[in-house]
Amino acid sequence: MSTTESSESRARGKAPAGERVADWADGRLGIYSLAKSNMRKIFPDHWSFMLGEVCLYSFIIIILTGVYLTLFFHPSMNEVEYHGSYVPLQGQLMSEAFNSTMHISFDVRGGLLIRQIHHWAALIFLAGMFVHMMRVFFTGAFRKPREVNWLFGFLLFVLGMFTGFTGYSLPDDLLSGTGVRFMEGAVLSVPIVGTYLSFFLFGGEFPGGDFVARFYSIHVLLLPGIMLGLVVGHLILVIYHKHTQFAGPGKTNNNVVGMPLLPVYMAKAGGFFFLVFGVIAAIAAIASINPIWSMGPYRPDQVSTGAQPDWYMGFSEGLIRVMPGWEINFWGHTLVLGVFIPLVIFPLVLVAIAVYPFVESWVTGDKREHHILDRPRNAPTRTAFGVAWITWYMVLLIGGGNDLWATHFHLSINAITWFVRVAFFVAPVLAFVATKRICLGLQRRDKEKVLHGRESGIIKRLPHGEFIEVHEPLSQEQLHTLTAHEQYEPAQIGPAVDENGVERKIKGTEKLRAKLSEAYYGDEAQIPKPTVEEYKEITSGHGHH
Amino acid sequence: MSSQDIPEENLPAEQDAHGAVGVADEKDPFADPGLPPHEHRVQDIDERAARRSERTVAMLFTVSMLSTIGFIASYVGIPHDKSIFVFPIGHINALNFALGLTLGLALFAIGAGAVHWARTLMSDEEIADERHPIEAPPEVKAKVMADFKQGAKESALGRRKLIRNTMFGALALFPLSGVVLLRDLGPLPGTKLRHTMWRKGLQLVNVNTNEPLRPSDVAVGSLTFAKPEGLEEHDEEFQTEIAKAALMIVRIQPDNIKDKRELEWSYEGIVAYSKICTHVGCPISLYEQQTHHVLCPCHQSTFDLSDGARVIFGPAGHALPQLRIGVNDQGYLEALGDFEEPVGPAFWERG
Repeated sequence: MSTTESSESRARGKAPAGERVADWADGRLGIYSLAKSNMRKIFPDHWSFMLGEVCLYSFIIIILTGVYLTLFFHPSMNEVEYHGSYVPLQGQLMSEAFNSTMHISFDVRGGLLIRQIHHWAALIFLAGMFVHMMRVFFTGAFRKPREVNWLFGFLLFVLGMFTGFTGYSLPDDLLSGTGVRFMEGAVLSVPIVGTYLSFFLFGGEFPGGDFVARFYSIHVLLLPGIMLGLVVGHLILVIYHKHTQFAGPGKTNNNVVGMPLLPVYMAKAGGFFFLVFGVIAAIAAIASINPIWSMGPYRPDQVSTGAQPDWYMGFSEGLIRVMPGWEINFWGHTLVLGVFIPLVIFPLVLVAIAVYPFVESWVTGDKREHHILDRPRNAPTRTAFGVAWITWYMVLLIGGGNDLWATHFHLSINAITWFVRVAFFVAPVLAFVATKRICLGLQRRDKEKVLHGRESGIIKRLPHGEFIEVHEPLSQEQLHTLTAHEQYEPAQIGPAVDENGVERKIKGTEKLRAKLSEAYYGDEAQIPKPTVEEYKEITSGHGHH
Repeated sequence: MSSQDIPEENLPAEQDAHGAVGVADEKDPFADPGLPPHEHRVQDIDERAARRSERTVAMLFTVSMLSTIGFIASYVGIPHDKSIFVFPIGHINALNFALGLTLGLALFAIGAGAVHWARTLMSDEEIADERHPIEAPPEVKAKVMADFKQGAKESALGRRKLIRNTMFGALALFPLSGVVLLRDLGPLPGTKLRHTMWRKGLQLVNVNTNEPLRPSDVAVGSLTFAKPEGLEEHDEEFQTEIAKAALMIVRIQPDNIKDKRELEWSYEGIVAYSKICTHVGCPISLYEQQTHHVLCPCHQSTFDLSDGARVIFGPAGHALPQLRIGVNDQGYLEALGDFEEPVGPAFWERG
């Protein structure tokens, strides 16, 4: 080996210690081959690519702080009397779970900080995943070859929701207990097996004495274990696929332009972990979260007003709040549609966005790999769908907080509920139409800029008195960037007769696909990008700019 | 950040410089001009600026070290129950505040130092790397398919159907053991959801005072919460029993009671309703004296207690169950039986 030889000659047969350790590891793990392909791995630079990092780092922070919390938390529902240092609850009966959470918050130095970091990091983790997922959606980063990674990410978001829910239910406080009761009511509504599911989940009637211990093993072992696996898979695929990049000079579908992992991204991404952790620690220092001592221990006959789940569960809360209370009784049975329909729509809201990449790839029929990101305006139908979905989600969030909207803005709760009932159907449609038009407007603007240059703000008076604004031509980099996107042609239904002139049966799916394709890429759905001929005709003409 | 953001590239002088690099030709004005040339940062040219950056990074790392020392000092020095006033947050726990901020600063400074180092002193020249198709080339695919066929053939799985079928059977059956094992997660529901602790003769006990209630204790316009006599907080099954038995007691002028059965089951206008919402089981706790409406604070189901507790707004599907009450020999309110229908959320077997 030439490297070994050269270093040997330098150090008189003795390689530096680091190299010897690396040699040892390479002989057993093959790290040099791994490093060859990854040490100088190129990552493109864009602020939105940090969103996924926020998720990864908050996930690590959650695991670190979570392990610390398990050292003090007792996942038990045995009733004990409180004798800790928080005076207002002295002598109260509470579960050991609540008692130990009080202990962590008041008697373990730094325990409150770690609890608050854990909870804040969980909120940021979920928020980060939501925004990251939207970034991937709106830039079309989910297209081939990344569909599987999109699903990994989606599963992480869903599992994160349930890990969060089982986590904030653990202290067995009045607020979270109310949330668990809500879940029990929802499970009971399932036709035929609902009561059985509920009894198996709670070890009998609600609340029983089991659910904290059961939620605990789900929260600290089952779900995080699956999530850790998915995170690792997600990252391996990111590295394997190489990161996507936006169109620009020198950037093609066959290359990746950016800075190398060692040293730039090692420092930037590694540093960013500390930035995220630092900010979350500071938030946990100044902003109290889930103050269980002010809510008190759970009792099924007590409740506080303004009860809200953590934000990521809010849309399911909205579903349950605005649904009319339909119940159908027949043959001694009850179909609790008022609760069961929201329970069914809850996963469908999430699935709607999860399956989108597959719908789009079916409509385009495009089997190529895509590594250049779309600007949202250049995929108006996709962007409009995404905005419609977010609108849907937000409408449900409003529904989930209808009492808070009512008290904070002095509105009628009935009016808000009715607004949400209507907006559930109408708002996404309006959002879709408006977004599509905005996208088309922005496409027109890009075309205008390419053909006529950018507005310089300089007003010129011509000899005959006319005022014009001077337009500056774009640089070639900009011209290329603004025209680099691809535009699909709407798919055609093949000829109605086959090569023998016999009438061909056209399948329904084929017609649907052609219709969708027309909606995606027809005349109404995209502005044809400027052609070279158009550009030449305009620029070669009268040279007044 | 990157050089392509700089609009000065539009200047004629810059354009000339680019002409040499780019592939701009007469045929395609939109052609990719290739990576723009690297622009030097001040640190690349001026060693003094680079040294300033070095000092900044070192300072940030030093701040982090000091902050960690501050964290340890706070941990040791600040009593854990000390409260301080911090504008504009208010009174907060001093130890939490000090620990959080010192830890936050210690971490943030490391991050800021590393990022500043990367941005000012490490190379910022963009590098292009090739991509390769994810899918395997045809010859690799052909080799894999051939290997698979060979392996499948050698296993004789396709030829020896008996092995195949019994194997599928065994693999399909064994998970059943796991499902069966889940059976003892809980008892079967039976009719447990149909019954509560209430039975004839049980006195109504005020939850707050733990004293049995007399009719005179219940004033018009008040809302009283009650539990069955004999159910104490220390009882093993207290939580599970109160989750079904919790009562809400109000007094309404008998003339104002619109529902005939409600009047019949009341005592001098005192009516007892289940406190557990029929939607998803939240305890109802908001009472409007004038209208006799109660509102569940969780999902805003609203019930009219003067009219059989029927639902007048919100997501609940049916009225609150009423408990038939009377007065015993000692003049205390007592139940005249259990609820006639299941309390709480509806379920399949409810009917």
